[in-house]
Amino acid sequence: MEIRKNILAAIEKNSRLDVKDLAAMLGADEVSLVNEIAAMEAEGIICGYHTLINWDKVTDEKVTALIEVKVAPQRGMGFDSIAERIFNYDEVHATYLVSGDFDFMVILEGKTMKDVAQFVSAKLSPLDSVLSTATHFVLKKYKDHGTIFEKKNTDERMLVTP
Amino acid sequence: MRNPLSDKAVSLEPSGIRKFFDIVSEMPDAISLGVGEPDFDTPWHVREEGIYSLEKGRTFYTSNAGLKELKQEIVRYLKRRCLVEYDADHEVMVTVGGSEAIDLALRAMINPGDEVLIPTPCYVSYYPCAVLADATPVTIELKEENEFRLTAEELRAAITPKTKILILPFPNNPTGAIMERKDLEAIAEVVIEKDLLVITDEIYSELTYSGDHVTIASLPGMWERTVLINGFSKAYAMTGWRLGYVAAPRMILEQMLKIHQYAIMCAPTTSQYAAVEAMRNGDKDVAMMRESYDQRRRFVLATLAEMGLPCFEPKGAFYVFPNIQKFGMSSEEFAETLLREEKVAVVPGSAFGACGEGFLRISYAYSLSALKEALGRVARFVKRLEEKNA
Repeated sequence: MEIRKNILAAIEKNSRLDVKDLAAMLGADEVSLVNEIAAMEAEGIICGYHTLINWDKVTDEKVTALIEVKVAPQRGMGFDSIAERIFNYDEVHATYLVSGDFDFMVILEGKTMKDVAQFVSAKLSPLDSVLSTATHFVLKKYKDHGTIFEKKNTDERMLVTP
Repeated sequence: MRNPLSDKAVSLEPSGIRKFFDIVSEMPDAISLGVGEPDFDTPWHVREEGIYSLEKGRTFYTSNAGLKELKQEIVRYLKRRCLVEYDADHEVMVTVGGSEAIDLALRAMINPGDEVLIPTPCYVSYYPCAVLADATPVTIELKEENEFRLTAEELRAAITPKTKILILPFPNNPTGAIMERKDLEAIAEVVIEKDLLVITDEIYSELTYSGDHVTIASLPGMWERTVLINGFSKAYAMTGWRLGYVAAPRMILEQMLKIHQYAIMCAPTTSQYAAVEAMRNGDKDVAMMRESYDQRRRFVLATLAEMGLPCFEPKGAFYVFPNIQKFGMSSEEFAETLLREEKVAVVPGSAFGACGEGFLRISYAYSLSALKEALGRVARFVKRLEEKNA
């Protein structure tokens, strides 16, 4: 539906948009907008409203790790159940099944190096189906969720032009 | 020492915008809703093409009329988006912004004393360009009750035996007005009957919010009497690249090209390469920006309505043109007081012609948060005025 697409496009970039403003922008009335958003939450289309944080500015110790995981799917246990064993760990920020040289991309975010080491050696690697892992630490984040972290936010236009 | 100046140049009025700009420049902490250009950066793939052309050393002149590739893209674009056909070799030329094309068209078509009809409020350069071309500019005052569209009656009333050209500036800066097909058909009928020519400035053609833009050149009998001006500034957020174009019958274009060749030589080469990319792969950028402007347009209109500032619903460009007559102040007075008291810059409607008096031009080419902040201040200001007047 067109209205859903428009709502999602708007709140994907800014989930804190005021309902009143959003209604004005989309030319919709507030009540149906609120209902539509609630419906999309119930249907699992909108899965959460998180905050994009540049942790580098908060602490030196928090890191993001991308872990490539190769697994051996076992009889009666496809990728989904292995994924479940991985993503259920609280430390895990994201888990994707991917094409290519390895099977899962597991992302840990806002952890210390020690947390990551602990997770990989004590929890992830010992899993029966896990054949190997390769951990990549993120050195610098330039852009995340479509947002450039160090973007100049100054308006360089002249104040008044014809 | 003898007078070094041309009487004609001296006789030109400095732009009303310029005057306001000087006042605003004194206030570095002012926030502005006064800008007449997009807030988007040029899409990265377009900028990259410009960079690439520099890396490849494409730093020479192009042919006077512009890169062949670009002219071909323009022809394809006009066919695709405006349903008009031109010959890339003889009927299209790339210019330094739409502004140059306006100047060239007038200089190529005017004989001294010919009258040029200019619907106002409008962009600031038609009148002086007409004067410089030795035309007699005749303004037509558009009305808010017609949503600032030009009507056939208004046109008819302004025509004299000396009238040669009608300038058609829609979607309009500063009002945001558009002309729909039925409006244009009524105009075309008069234009053909009175044997006039039309210079149509369609620089905002991609920014319409109630269906696709219609060019008057696409109406029966109009192609041969229309000079169509457009460009990259507004559609692709490329103002600083200074690139526009004109499409016109060969007979007219040849004369324009001659003047362009002597005065300008050719449009900037880097910009032309970037523009090829914009036209080939820029449709989705245009659609994204149009949707974004439309959302802000609705937001601004809703906010103005809430604060009690009457405004007709503009369906094009990125301006709203609220009516401030109920406050009993001139546009300039209103804008200056608003600037002093709330540090928000808007442009007085009178900067765009006498009939813009009593209106303001507010641009919504700003981020939502900037619009919210600035309009919050305008609302505060309006409330104070109303309390004072009560």
